[in-house]
Amino acid sequence: MIRESYLNAALLAGLLAVPLYALVVDEPFTITLATRAAILALAAVGLNIALGWGGLVSFGHAAFFGIGGYSMGILAFHAQNFVPLDLGIMVFDGTKSMPIIWLVAVLASALAALLIGLLSLRTSGVYFIMITLAFAQMFYYFAISWARYGGEDGIPIYVRNDFPGLNTLVPIQFFGICFVALLLALWLNARLVASPFGLALNAARQVPVRVQTVGLDPTRLKLVAFVMSGAITGLAGALFADLNRFVSPSMFSWHLSGELIVLIILGGVGRLMGPVLGAVMFVALEHWLGGLTTHWHIALGAILLGVVLFARGGLIGLLCGPRGQT
Amino acid sequence: MTDNIIETRGITKSFGSLKASDDISIDLRAGEIHAIIGPNGAGKSTLIHQICGGLAPDAGQVLLGGQDVTALTTAARARKGLGRTFQISALAMEDSVLENVLLGAMGASGRPWRFWQAIMGDRSLRERAEAALERVGLMDQRHIRTSALSHGQRRQLEVAVALTLDPRAFVMDEPMAGLGAEGSKNLTGFLDGLRAQAPILLVEHDMDAVFALADRISVLVYGRIIATGSVDEIRTNADVREAYLGEEA
Repeated sequence: MIRESYLNAALLAGLLAVPLYALVVDEPFTITLATRAAILALAAVGLNIALGWGGLVSFGHAAFFGIGGYSMGILAFHAQNFVPLDLGIMVFDGTKSMPIIWLVAVLASALAALLIGLLSLRTSGVYFIMITLAFAQMFYYFAISWARYGGEDGIPIYVRNDFPGLNTLVPIQFFGICFVALLLALWLNARLVASPFGLALNAARQVPVRVQTVGLDPTRLKLVAFVMSGAITGLAGALFADLNRFVSPSMFSWHLSGELIVLIILGGVGRLMGPVLGAVMFVALEHWLGGLTTHWHIALGAILLGVVLFARGGLIGLLCGPRGQT
Repeated sequence: MTDNIIETRGITKSFGSLKASDDISIDLRAGEIHAIIGPNGAGKSTLIHQICGGLAPDAGQVLLGGQDVTALTTAARARKGLGRTFQISALAMEDSVLENVLLGAMGASGRPWRFWQAIMGDRSLRERAEAALERVGLMDQRHIRTSALSHGQRRQLEVAVALTLDPRAFVMDEPMAGLGAEGSKNLTGFLDGLRAQAPILLVEHDMDAVFALADRISVLVYGRIIATGSVDEIRTNADVREAYLGEEA
């Protein structure tokens, strides 16, 4: 446990130090890479709550990532083009304000997670994997055919959205926003795991029948975890869209759902910092190996294979021992 | 009537052509240990599942404290005071011993929807959980990972989790399974004292334990209760000897 705390602190310090160093030596692209890692980590922190603690192998978290992205895209699209958004009951000008966009992204993805979870949690195992995938693909094809918002081409957002008191176009400032969001999500995650709900959820994953015999409903516990999970991944989607200043149906694609799972497995399933380590490794490999060859996924696959075969519990498991108390 | 903490009325359950439960009516009264014995495949587990809620009977009713609970889920029955232990330990193996009993204490409190406060800081839950560990003698092991417990200790922890619920009745599915002579004797002594707190419906293969503990015994053979009575009545019952005890002795 103590060892893991040190590792966790070192990881966060490293993720903060790299962009700061890049700022000093004036390499803005490196700051963008670190921002990308922080956002992917945030998305995977969300997934890890469902996957790592709830035991829910969601192969459809791209749905929430994409909903977060499109929340940003649609609101900013209307604001930048001065086309009011007619919601039927009210007309809205759209917005370029990040806090409002985040709120919408979180609420929309939480609502989607509630509906998807209600239906998907009637199944388990492989069926759960497939049904979550199917839901995400429905969003994907819907986005492709949604001509008003660019269809397959997506929505370009010309200027990054605003955050009070900051200039979000300065890479290090936008990194700061994403890094703080990640820290808050990790804090929430840590509190959650130590809470009564976290204990019950953890047991619901391991022995649902035991949870029932103490009078709790394991499915309901998992549903709440799934909603929180979707909401956090949705927030990451909104930030990701702002990083690229572009939203497209690819945010809904199953590749992204798969990547998030890979990140968590690499770092460590059900480990607080598993997603962060996984995301940092993923972005680093993508950058370095991707510069050498377009087939860098082969190397990623080999590493993933190694971790699954020889380091159950991911790299954090390898370094700090199996999960669990004491 | 109201003395019956648990009661089944004409429970019937078939799997294809196999009648696993055939018109079973049994009851559990306050202060007693009622043992259910029977050869392998007699339908003991099927009966337990129907009482606890994992399986719906084709016909008949399950009553808890005089109230019909046949349509309720396992969790709802637990909230109404059914404390169950499993034949094969159903414990969160990755968690500590204390966390397993905390789960029971939390279930009993009915307040799992707290996301922010640390469970270890909840004194009333901890006291309840630790009291249960103290009673089964696992207090010194409370910080150990459950998967590191011996088989016997896991059996004790099973009982401890049920204790945290402070149930109106216990349903125990072979609590002695896999225990050595010593462990079996200790647990027998413990259960003997437990009946004063809440009655126990006990499914058990260990005949020494059953004869030492039971106030009444029901014998289940091919899904039917062929006899119910005191220890002496069952020992001397000709049908029972033929169907069951005869094979063993």
